[in-house]
Amino acid sequence: MSYRLQDRGRLIDRSDKITFTFDGKTLDGFAGDTLASALLANNQMLVGRSFKYHRPRGIVASGAEEPNALVNLGHGARMEPNQRATTTELFDGLTAVSQNRWPSLDHDIGAVNAHLSRFLPAGFYYKTFLYPRAFWKSVYEPFIRQSAGLGRAPEEKDADTYEHFNTHTDVLVIGGGVAGLTAAKAAADAGAKVLLFEQTAVWGGRSPVDGGIIDGLAASAWVDRTVAELEAMPNVTLRLRAMGAGVYDHGYVLGYERLTDHTPDKDGPRHRLWRIRAKQIVTATGAIERPLAFAGNDVPGVMLASAVRDFQENWGVVPGKRMVVATNNDDGYRTALLLNAAGVEVLRILDAREGGGGELMGEARNAGIRVDCGRGIGKVSGGKRVKHIQICMTNGTGGAMEEIACDGVAMSGGWSPAVHLWSHTGGKLLWDEAQAHFLPDFSRPPTGADGQAMVRTAGSTSGPMELAAVIQDARSAGADAANGAGFKAKTSKRPSVETATEAPMLPVWQMPGRADYHLKSKSWLDFQNDVKVTDVELAAREGFESVEHTKRYTTLGMATDQGKLSNINGLAVLANALGKPIPQVGTTTFRPPYTPISMGAIAGEARGEIFQPVRKTPIHGWLDAQGADWEPVGHWRRPYAIPQKGESVHDAVMREVTNTRENVGLLDASTLGKLLVKGPDAGRFLDMLYTNMMSNLKPRRCRYGLMCSENGFLTDDGVVARISQESWLCHTTTGGADRIHAHMEEWLQTEWWNWKVHVVNVTEQYAQIAVVGPKARTLLEALGGMDLSADALPFMAWADGKIAGIPVRVYRISFSGELSFEISVRAGQGLALWEKLMEAGKVYGVMPYGTEALHIMRAEKGFIMIGDETDGTVIPQDLGLDWAISKKKEDYIGKRAQARAHMMDPDRWKLVGLQTLDGSVLPDGAYAVGEGINANGQRITQGRVTSSYHSPTLGCGIAMGLVHRGPDRMGEVLEFPGTDEKTYRARIVSPVFYDPEGEKQNV
Amino acid sequence: MLILQCPYCGVMADETELSPGGEAHLTREGPGASDDAFHDYLFMRENPKGVHFERWRHAYGCGKWFHAARCTTTLQVFGTYKAQTTEPPKDIRDRITKARPGWTWRDYA
Amino acid sequence: MSDVKSVTALGGKSFGGLVRVAEAPLQGMITVRGDLGLASVKEAATGLTKAEMPATGRIETGAEGAIAWMSPDELLVLCAYADAAPSVPKMEDTMAKDFASAADVSDARAMFRLEGALSREVLAKLSPADLSVEGCAVGQMRRTRLAQVPAAIWFTDDETASVICFRSVADYVFALLKTAAQPGSAVGLAPAG
Repeated sequence: MSYRLQDRGRLIDRSDKITFTFDGKTLDGFAGDTLASALLANNQMLVGRSFKYHRPRGIVASGAEEPNALVNLGHGARMEPNQRATTTELFDGLTAVSQNRWPSLDHDIGAVNAHLSRFLPAGFYYKTFLYPRAFWKSVYEPFIRQSAGLGRAPEEKDADTYEHFNTHTDVLVIGGGVAGLTAAKAAADAGAKVLLFEQTAVWGGRSPVDGGIIDGLAASAWVDRTVAELEAMPNVTLRLRAMGAGVYDHGYVLGYERLTDHTPDKDGPRHRLWRIRAKQIVTATGAIERPLAFAGNDVPGVMLASAVRDFQENWGVVPGKRMVVATNNDDGYRTALLLNAAGVEVLRILDAREGGGGELMGEARNAGIRVDCGRGIGKVSGGKRVKHIQICMTNGTGGAMEEIACDGVAMSGGWSPAVHLWSHTGGKLLWDEAQAHFLPDFSRPPTGADGQAMVRTAGSTSGPMELAAVIQDARSAGADAANGAGFKAKTSKRPSVETATEAPMLPVWQMPGRADYHLKSKSWLDFQNDVKVTDVELAAREGFESVEHTKRYTTLGMATDQGKLSNINGLAVLANALGKPIPQVGTTTFRPPYTPISMGAIAGEARGEIFQPVRKTPIHGWLDAQGADWEPVGHWRRPYAIPQKGESVHDAVMREVTNTRENVGLLDASTLGKLLVKGPDAGRFLDMLYTNMMSNLKPRRCRYGLMCSENGFLTDDGVVARISQESWLCHTTTGGADRIHAHMEEWLQTEWWNWKVHVVNVTEQYAQIAVVGPKARTLLEALGGMDLSADALPFMAWADGKIAGIPVRVYRISFSGELSFEISVRAGQGLALWEKLMEAGKVYGVMPYGTEALHIMRAEKGFIMIGDETDGTVIPQDLGLDWAISKKKEDYIGKRAQARAHMMDPDRWKLVGLQTLDGSVLPDGAYAVGEGINANGQRITQGRVTSSYHSPTLGCGIAMGLVHRGPDRMGEVLEFPGTDEKTYRARIVSPVFYDPEGEKQNV
Repeated sequence: MLILQCPYCGVMADETELSPGGEAHLTREGPGASDDAFHDYLFMRENPKGVHFERWRHAYGCGKWFHAARCTTTLQVFGTYKAQTTEPPKDIRDRITKARPGWTWRDYA
Repeated sequence: MSDVKSVTALGGKSFGGLVRVAEAPLQGMITVRGDLGLASVKEAATGLTKAEMPATGRIETGAEGAIAWMSPDELLVLCAYADAAPSVPKMEDTMAKDFASAADVSDARAMFRLEGALSREVLAKLSPADLSVEGCAVGQMRRTRLAQVPAAIWFTDDETASVICFRSVADYVFALLKTAAQPGSAVGLAPAG
């Protein structure tokens, strides 16, 4: 049983008792506990079930590498699955629920999978669920979905807030252990601005538990002193609970700070994502202990040796009263010595090495602990906790030499540097035979924008595991980083370090070395994803030679812990099975984040109201108050329609069209782009940009123009007004303003940089109000101030003046076919003018109208809309717009492309009007079908609908479409199958349905 | 995350403050160009592994277009320079030669 | 000008959190394009504002306004709102002989002021630019982005920042600043950073 000791636990405050629940049971813990230590203190050894076989699982590790102890934390809007108990700080009222079990953790139906494990080998899903094909949808997929996934997805909207924070630093140090502190100090002493991150809530890393003497101080005292020194330096920022999640190119690093996970009642964001730009990065992320692969190594009570002593020293809990330590290196002895010192019975140290260990072995024997060399664990028995172990020869076949009863096992398979961050952006690795691990290849580091090393490792991340070497490595890493960031590192006195000398470790990838299939099939590599030694061997036999393929086939290292414990063991087994040296097999790719980060942190501030910018015109608020039905147009919101009380949106659209055609309507046209193009070469420039001629436009006149890309495709359209001899105002589509502005600047800056042209984007300087309808002039004249008669302001002219005392520019242009004035007014006065127009227009029946009425009216007139009639493959010639393409101009952007053979092809689809025979509305986007099928077995198509509406003016459906040789086929009837199983029949007609002579707009 | 120095305003601009503009130093082909020449101008690009010349716009800054010479594999930046030029300036090419002896890109070396 | 008073995008909305955020009152803004070395361009800008010509990336304040360097051929001239529209033709006259342009953009923008010791921190939650004292000293003009929209930022002293964005996104930027300044969200960097 696991329990709390009375005289250990440096991180807990026994005077501060707190309460939490696990699977509904109320339990006690202390301030300073993690959820894991508190569960162990309550003898809750069983914490979850494994993914595939639903095996009982206990806590294995003490930190971020923990694969088993994943729980659902919190409830309702604060529920989150897959939270690691070992990194979850306990708080009063914490609620945790175990995962992957039903109906309960103790009695789990899915555990039957464990008895079927022989039939659920690696690749089981790929092999089993293939046939019969018809079973996939109705049988296999529902079954797999039912059993897939750890934890449950939250159902409510997250109640917490999150944020990003950008910062720039000279040196970023990741990891606040002895190495990180040393490196930070060295860099800071050189004058560099230093940011130091530590993922846990305390400084010092492993050193306060592992011991050693630095500069005559116990490690923990040295840590306190160094932290105090760093805190006193103005150029150093220290952050706890902050993880280095990912290292990217050019010194960009994502950091993940957990602010209120441990104090949920506190105000402010829960997590903060740091977006750091560092000149130099030092990763002092330490090393991770490896498990040993022996049968039953997943039984609750079998833990990493380092975790056992962490739990004892930090939180005062131990997994058992009678412990066995199995190790292949000297570090395991530290656990045995500490357990023994705390009064826990250490039955045996099983040292896999024939010759045993170094100084620490002597200490253990002196302390009265029995050490057996050349021995290992053959098998652990027990279901939900350890009961017995069988002792075997390290290199035997597993025959039990002895069986002893115990209730806990501490295992140590050696240490692997946490090289993840080094590897994220291209740092290469070397295999170290002596320590049997990968370490950074310093000759091939991640490089920065200057081509020089950008990431350095410090301490055990670099390979050395002994304290003196760790500190020495960290000092030079810190100094190198400062130098790399442009500072001059000082030489300082090398600290004195006292630590035990160690004997070499012995790589052990399977215990015992010649274990039979039965034992190997119970020797776990990946605890979370249930990958055993036999699975990796099977993959090798089936031809998966690449470690990346083996990973995906067996799912080794693919769980939420990303193989922190399983990686090296797994690829060593693969290498053995393939008969290749380990470095030749290589590692899988390390990818960010180091441990999972919350979705909320990734989103940061971008949620709810500010998920995306919403652009609003000066009249937006007025329209909103009138109940506008909004639609997004780019980032703008435009009113689709403005329904009156009790009116449907469709009815509102019909009313708006009819009222505008019969009386007068107001449209907020402020979103249209307005680009001022000015300079001696402006005319010449616009002639290159537009397909038609703009240089010969007379001042005070307007002209409709088309813009194409260099590919020839129509990209924007709008009315151009010539303001003066050297300046033009170009209107663009709503979505086109920024794009066309950028397009103009691109040509001016990168191609015709000697041309004297300035472009100023004045889109938002002006609100623009379209006053449209037969009574438009009457309404404006009622407000007074300008002569807007046909003589004073003819169609396609503009004039400056005042209306209702407000300075305006009036463009006489029409997109509806009605008498129409577009009034441009400074944005700050846009709403005032709009309100005056509404007020004065009451007697004329003025009503605002929205974008759908606008669309219907333009479609009735056969005017195209960029984005409806065009889709990036349509040239102006396809739309019958040849009249707007100058034949005189030698060149314009897109001209050469439009002369390419397939652009001139008479077989292109071209614009026509479409009118259904029964007056119904064609489905937008529907295809006209022809005879026969194509090579893919699909119906031949000969056209498609690009715009389709019910026209209240004509009382029937009207549409435009692109049809194969359309204009040559007037009167033909085409068939358009709808998705509603109906076939629509429509006749090819002229796209101009209303007032073809333009009599209404020209009055 | 690329961080490039805008040669106009001197700002070290984050990739998210820039907009990309594809390959640099294309020669525009217009009316009169052969089909092949125009096709190449529209569609054919270098796509090198190594030294490359690109166009970027300091879109969230001064709005100016500039060119960047960089390595597509290591992201080493050899230099940025103003866009009003039809070929990579000599000092940039010299710097590349120093870092990547024997480099070639189109007709440059 | 007009019988009708202009209004700002948000009518002077404000919020107090980690810092005080307030929409500034009407502000005259004129974009000047041209070779910044031209005497006429200099005369047009400095004549109106009584400010010095700014060096690259800087903003200079004078008795009647300020001049900000926006790009190698662009200035933003800040003046009284009422002066902006009538000044544009005068400036164009001053620069008539040269290739240079001026345009009134006062209504195209919204402006915010941030006041408080944490102004730099609040803005750094939203912008990738280095807004530390070293990265953006008082008097520097930094054009960058705030979350997803363009913005220009400068500090008039170490605790006061001005932000200019497009008028259409004034609501968005105000909501961003409010979120970044929410109580309890101080980052607490070392003062130097």
